[in-house]
Amino acid sequence: MKMSKYSPKKIMINGIWDENPVLKQLIGICSTLAVTNNCMNSLIMGLGLTFVTGLSSFTISLIREFTPKHVRMMVQVLIIAVYVIIVDIYLRAFMPELSKALGPYVGLIITNCIIMGRAEAYAQNNPPIPALLDGVANGIGYTLVLLAIAVVRELLAFGSLFGVKLLGDWWTTWTIAIMPPSAFFLLATLIWIAHNIQNKKGEVAK
Amino acid sequence: MIELNPMIIFVAAIFTNNMIFSNFLGMCSYIAVSKEISTSLGLGEAVTFVLACTSVINYLIYYYILVPLNLEFLRFIIFIVSIAAFVQLLEMILERYLPNLYYALGIFLPLITVNCAILGVSLFMIIRNYTFLQSFAFSIGAGVGWTLAIVALAGIRQRIKLDSVPVGLRGPGIALITTGLMALAFMGFSGIVQIQ
Repeated sequence: MKMSKYSPKKIMINGIWDENPVLKQLIGICSTLAVTNNCMNSLIMGLGLTFVTGLSSFTISLIREFTPKHVRMMVQVLIIAVYVIIVDIYLRAFMPELSKALGPYVGLIITNCIIMGRAEAYAQNNPPIPALLDGVANGIGYTLVLLAIAVVRELLAFGSLFGVKLLGDWWTTWTIAIMPPSAFFLLATLIWIAHNIQNKKGEVAK
Repeated sequence: MIELNPMIIFVAAIFTNNMIFSNFLGMCSYIAVSKEISTSLGLGEAVTFVLACTSVINYLIYYYILVPLNLEFLRFIIFIVSIAAFVQLLEMILERYLPNLYYALGIFLPLITVNCAILGVSLFMIIRNYTFLQSFAFSIGAGVGWTLAIVALAGIRQRIKLDSVPVGLRGPGIALITTGLMALAFMGFSGIVQIQ
């Protein structure tokens, strides 16, 4: 009985598709929109967020028995901030250019609602290992959405993916695709598609 | 860093470098609270006020405490703690001395701590090496720009409510498309002034 609740497969599917943080719950969209102008940025940002969400969920779950209820928000924020600092220092040491391109958005992982949301909704009431899985699953769900948007934007704007030129010189680049408006349009389209697929499967529309 | 007049930064933060339309900050509450003009105006005012105060506090903490001690890497923790503490303090002061304002803004204050626009402005001013006056102008401009965006979206959403939007797009979806169109319109300002 316990097994089914904590089955890794179920947690993964939940985080990546059924309850995808960006498409279904519409949280964490600030960075989704900001860093998707090229694939590499998105991938690094996604990995960073997956790392922070997974480990902070794990840590929060580990100390949930000893955390007084009324200061738990503060404790959660501090735990998250520690992991974000690790990511920031790592990026600055080993990928200085990327760190510069991402600018303040690495620091803004702290206020990314996905992490706080998972901490409150899941890690607070579940054992550490499922919490870790849940955090990672949500992180992956977020990363996939980021990549889906980034692939379209980079391909249209530069004719390349991950900096590798795919389309030849005949391709007329769409400057609009790296401008902010296209990010809004693409995310809206993705949400639309996801809603339609999930509604077809017989789920109740909100 | 080129010396920019604080006034230029102020105007740029409202129009060309709008928090929502070019930096995508504070999107969560932007989508969630933009259903009515009056509530979004209230939130916008609260955000502007908190922005102006926390950017000053964080500026002083960063340049007079963290930099001399070589603790710059701690800025994320320090900034988020100082923002949370400031919001908490503001809530208590308002409740005690200005109950009317407290009840008007009350529900929005806790939301502000997790609004990424607040932390974002503090991080931007460090990255761009603004002086004290420039940071102050930037934070007020960012707040005004954010308010402008959310009030405009609320106005449009009140009209959209009456239209028949495709089922899958209802709610957040159409709000995002609207925002995209508004961002297109705001791109028209980009010739006036530019800060990177």
